[in-house]
Amino acid sequence: MSASHASDDHANHGDDQPLVGHLVPMSVLVWTAIALLFLTVVTVAARYVDLGQFNVPLALGIAVLKATLVALFFMHLRWDKPFNQLVFIACIAFVVLLIALTVLDTGQYAPTIYDGNPATVQTTLDEFAPEAPIAQKTGITSPD
Amino acid sequence: MTTIDTPRAGDIAGNPPVGGTGPVDNYLTWTKGALSWIFTLDHKRIGVMYLTGVLVSFLVGGLFALIVRTELIAPGKTFIEPETYNMFFTLHGAVMVFLVIIPSIPASLGNFVLPVMLGAKDVAFPRLNLFSFHLWMIGALFTVLALLLGGFDTGWTFYTPYSTKTDMGGVVPVLFGVFILGFSSIFTGLNFIVTVHKMRPPGMTWFRMPLFLWAIYATALIQILATPVLAITLMLVGLERAFQIGIFDAAMGGDPVLFQHFFWFYSHPAVYIMILPAMGIISDLIAVHSHRHIFGYSFIAYSSVAIAIFSFLVWGHHMFTSGQSALLNTIFSAITFSVAVPSAIKVFNWLATLYKGSIALNTPMLYALGFIFLFTIGGLTGIYLGTLNVDVHLHDTYFVVAHFHYVMMGSALIGFIGGLHHWWPKMFGRMYNETAGRIGFVLVFIGFNVTFFTQFMLGSQGMPRRYYDYKPEFEIYHLISTIGSYIMAAGFFLTAIYLLHSLFRGARAPANPWGGRSLEWQCTSPPPHDNFKVTPSVGDCYDFSVVRWSEEEHGYVIDRSKETDSSSGEGSGH
Repeated sequence: MSASHASDDHANHGDDQPLVGHLVPMSVLVWTAIALLFLTVVTVAARYVDLGQFNVPLALGIAVLKATLVALFFMHLRWDKPFNQLVFIACIAFVVLLIALTVLDTGQYAPTIYDGNPATVQTTLDEFAPEAPIAQKTGITSPD
Repeated sequence: MTTIDTPRAGDIAGNPPVGGTGPVDNYLTWTKGALSWIFTLDHKRIGVMYLTGVLVSFLVGGLFALIVRTELIAPGKTFIEPETYNMFFTLHGAVMVFLVIIPSIPASLGNFVLPVMLGAKDVAFPRLNLFSFHLWMIGALFTVLALLLGGFDTGWTFYTPYSTKTDMGGVVPVLFGVFILGFSSIFTGLNFIVTVHKMRPPGMTWFRMPLFLWAIYATALIQILATPVLAITLMLVGLERAFQIGIFDAAMGGDPVLFQHFFWFYSHPAVYIMILPAMGIISDLIAVHSHRHIFGYSFIAYSSVAIAIFSFLVWGHHMFTSGQSALLNTIFSAITFSVAVPSAIKVFNWLATLYKGSIALNTPMLYALGFIFLFTIGGLTGIYLGTLNVDVHLHDTYFVVAHFHYVMMGSALIGFIGGLHHWWPKMFGRMYNETAGRIGFVLVFIGFNVTFFTQFMLGSQGMPRRYYDYKPEFEIYHLISTIGSYIMAAGFFLTAIYLLHSLFRGARAPANPWGGRSLEWQCTSPPPHDNFKVTPSVGDCYDFSVVRWSEEEHGYVIDRSKETDSSSGEGSGH
């Protein structure tokens, strides 16, 4: 081996790969894009409908659905190996784990904080954050 | 049972020098000049550069620790102001965690050894590998910049609200630095996962891989799943500081406990990013240096993956006194105990491997045995802290400091240093002085225990962590602990001296100085640029019956005739 290609031959593992990967028909891509735009409209529209505590899960649900569409069609996961699909689902599961346990905790300890010093909390919220979501969640409403 | 031809008393691998000159074609001499290193795509050179960076950071972080310990040698001011003290313990933690322990094994030793163990020429993405090292350098530079811009004293955990309120100028640069270091870690993990999946040689099934590779693989899973959460969290802290958005600020409807949830969702798994690769090293060290087939291979392999999964389910045990709800406290305490199961599986399998082995107390083996001892103490004291009511008493005391130093330093770093000694002859083609190595280990081991065992006693009596001053009744423990840190420092300086000495004056290392069976011992020391001219054949990498001592090589060789016999039962995969 000569020194002339010394630094390059480590980088050339991928050269036997095909130049173009799996092709997705244009119509599928367009329909996916339309679906994503439609779901964006739904997300914005849902903001004006008061579903109480279900507003956030709805928004997150739509976001997951959109991410899934992107992964399935734009990122070709639909035609990929099952192992890679498993990896994607596992990643979603880890996000759900983080969010779910954290929100469960907030829901559990928030009432104890308000029970402990309702006056302070009420004053602070009135002064700094009259529209803070946490106030609505625990049933404390601030006078407008 | 495995038998092995062992050297006679007095025979030391690589001594005297064999053949005068070593192999001409090796990765160290392949091309010359600083640029050929800085822009190399060779995983071995990248590994060596990481190693250099990690060891320099270790020196810096160690000096910070000595400053902290020296200040604490007596109550009141010894030689630095309280504000300076706060900065030094913060810097010690941040440097040791983000610049030393996390990249130590995967990025330096892993980069060097993993492709050679697979009989491959390089990792799957060599350019990404180089990029991850450059990111590491940039992240390290930001940490230095943070010092120049006023420093930071938030502790390595960056807890809000302090980190969002303090006006110290170094907070934002160091947050950005750690953010960048996180990406370096993610890229390394991604590279290793793809390499293990795609580049195993013919015959090396998942359950024929050296256990070090299983550990690196499990570590890489954590790196790519958890590190993004740290990046997002630190970015939120930066935004909160800059724009007062109200994410973590209770006065604006935010929640400081939320920060701790996000932070520990990364940082608890990060503990396993640190310890899992060390466990992988120990599995290989114990088998090679006791010349005996590893006991319970598949249990050790599965337990690595089990630890990786459990690591994501226990983060709340850092938050028992943070205001976390009783329900979550109970859940996290209960799940925490389950981590003991895979950890104990590993320890018992290592002990069973030693049983009836032909144990050679080489320096790497001493570190491996030290690991088992220290990890057992570190792990068992973790059960104290995982117990909800006991933790309320011990939280934020020196008991916690002692516990995590037993795990992070006594286990992860000792494993790293053991691995460094194990693969040093392979990396640089030189043997170090064994006697000096053993003395170095004894100093480090004794110094470590004097430093940190004392801190268990300090903590159980109520000495809080991170305090600048303390009551007179704690003085004797602090004094002993500081003396221990000096003994340990002496051990590490001795280690640095004989390792550097070996680079210039050490005897030439044979291909296989310890009697290893995995592929990295089948190429020359140091390895050629391409590692292997042809992809080598793969047998059982823990079958030491085919390894014998060779007088003329002054090292071990693999007896090919025996290999054919032995592989007929276990199969060589071809």
